[in-house]
Amino acid sequence: MLLIHCPYCEEERPEAEFRHAGEAHIARPQNIAEISDEEFERYFFIRSNPKGLVFERWRHIHGCARFFNAARDTVSDRFLKTYKAGEPKPALDGEG
Amino acid sequence: MAETARRTFALEGRSYDGDGISLAPAGPASRISLRAPAESLAALSEALGLDLPVRPKASARKNARAALWLGPDEWLVIDEGGADLMAICARVAALHSAVDISHRNLAILVSGRRVEDVLNAACPQDLSVARFPVGAASRTVFGKAEIVLWRIGEDAFHVECWRSFADYVFGLLDAAGREAVR
Repeated sequence: MLLIHCPYCEEERPEAEFRHAGEAHIARPQNIAEISDEEFERYFFIRSNPKGLVFERWRHIHGCARFFNAARDTVSDRFLKTYKAGEPKPALDGEG
Repeated sequence: MAETARRTFALEGRSYDGDGISLAPAGPASRISLRAPAESLAALSEALGLDLPVRPKASARKNARAALWLGPDEWLVIDEGGADLMAICARVAALHSAVDISHRNLAILVSGRRVEDVLNAACPQDLSVARFPVGAASRTVFGKAEIVLWRIGEDAFHVECWRSFADYVFGLLDAAGREAVR
């Protein structure tokens, strides 16, 4: 079973305790009422979905229940790094 | 029509004793789900009479009362003596949230030399003593149900689950107890 390191539990835990929660580092515009429909669409619906390195939110729902961020490679399905919510995006290269 | 209703325990009469494994429902206890920021811990610990653990997977126990770390600001407090934990927390002025879950959860005591194998039949965590020592506690999954595991002895676990999942969890433990052999 895939093991995922939870930054709050400080250990690797089985995948079955976690739930995926979409792309990470998406900031809600401060002026949400003023932006155009196209800008809102880009913020709300459009996701990067690259092949390779992705930054995602995950939730340790059947553990400490915290949301955290993870850098994962969509080709190898390997977790490169997990870090607490609110921390900056780490500098990483994908595995390709 | 019945004049009175008798409250029946969800696992009334259920137990299993097999080779190296025994399952028994635990008696009733009072429980709260406690959420609090770090600044409130000293006041809450003093009121509850035990130090709320702050390390992941840790627990604290004093007499009939125990506090299990579930998350960075979340604890499960269990009092097997049935003390009114809500009243105790209500006297604390520090910011916190306490919810009475005495009747939401129940516990199953799983013990015996095959305890790790039986729990691992449906729980994917590493339950070796090195990774899950005596006193360790964690929320996790057991088959399709969410449980809280608490190791109370080298060969003994306290398994908390929701009352509505009790039949499923007990049935799966029972089946694993009959099948898992070492």
